[in-house]
Amino acid sequence: MKIIISNASQKPIYFQIAEQIKNQIISGELKEGEPLPSIRKLAQELQISVITTKRAYEELEKEGFIDTVGGKGCFVAMQNKELLREKKMRMVEDTLSQAVSDAKLLGVRLDELKKMLTLLYKEEE
Amino acid sequence: MEYAVEIENLRKEFKGFTLKDVSFRIPKGYVMGLIGPNGAGKTTLIKMIMNLIRKNSGRIFVFGKDHIQHEAEIKSQIGFVYDVPCFYEDLKLKKLASAIAPFYPKWNQELFLKLMNEFELPLGKKFKKLSHGMKMKFSLCLALSHDADLILMDEPTSGLDPVFRQELLAQLSQIMLDEEKTVLFSTHITSDLERIADYITFINNGEILFSSTLDDILGKWGIIKAGKDLLEKKDIPGIMRSQKTEYGIEILTSNIKKAQTILPPDSITEKASLEDIMYFMSKGDKHA
Repeated sequence: MKIIISNASQKPIYFQIAEQIKNQIISGELKEGEPLPSIRKLAQELQISVITTKRAYEELEKEGFIDTVGGKGCFVAMQNKELLREKKMRMVEDTLSQAVSDAKLLGVRLDELKKMLTLLYKEEE
Repeated sequence: MEYAVEIENLRKEFKGFTLKDVSFRIPKGYVMGLIGPNGAGKTTLIKMIMNLIRKNSGRIFVFGKDHIQHEAEIKSQIGFVYDVPCFYEDLKLKKLASAIAPFYPKWNQELFLKLMNEFELPLGKKFKKLSHGMKMKFSLCLALSHDADLILMDEPTSGLDPVFRQELLAQLSQIMLDEEKTVLFSTHITSDLERIADYITFINNGEILFSSTLDDILGKWGIIKAGKDLLEKKDIPGIMRSQKTEYGIEILTSNIKKAQTILPPDSITEKASLEDIMYFMSKGDKHA
């Protein structure tokens, strides 16, 4: 598991942790059933407060990414493949809608935006 | 939630300074940072928990027990680091430790020697020959060597270089692996706390201004920078303090999210650090 925290970021630290773990679950780097470090262990490793790591895990649990087994710790939850894809799609949607609202602010027309998207899509290939 | 320390309406009157009926609680298993400018009452408060300064009124409970009725029992479970370490000057560190150890039923000689080694402290040196930083380290070493459940530290990082400050923070996070341990430390070097503290209690002029989780504070408080006339035009939600300069105004708010919704586009908002909060709360202009 890899976690990099930025103190300069506008995003709160718990959010940064949750986001990075989430991404690693979605990308498959963290496998189903894999154990996560305990809340206190993670706080020690990252030298941050226990409440912060606790909150990060709570967010992940709420969204169904991890399971807490009393007395045993936290594990990557069994992911429903369909659900996972849906979650990823929602991320794409979110990023796109952000791009759309930015474009609207700048007065970029829909056909221009489509052109940009097509260009970017092909570039990636 | 279980509390390691509960303080209720604690009052102490000195000539020229009063600790004004202070109340707060430290949840067991967490780190609380006590911040405030010099002379705010941090040391007084910590010494009162240790019953080194007598209270005028109010109550203090440590591990759920009255701190005077059960003084000896409670103190044997507290690791205490003073801002100015004070031990018998002419003794070698080894001797000092063996004089102090019998007071603690859970003294761990092995751990003590391990820490002395980690902190690079010479067992054979006299206390008076140590530098301030080394005295601080030694004092910390003693506090950590008897498996204390509550660690009270008064300005443990003052006078220490950044390298050792990091070492100390690492030591603390190591201790916090055990959920039975609780730490209270006072400091005016707030960057030390900004990562590791779970709770922050801010004391100013003998009063508690807030006692809350660090996440909550850093998430809700913020600084607005805007044109000088902003306050005449708008009511700023959660406004705590402000400061005018020649060219604009800076406002500290405890509700940055709400404030952001009513601000004019030419103003900017930033996260407030503990240092910003401490500075504004003690020096900024007040708002009713």
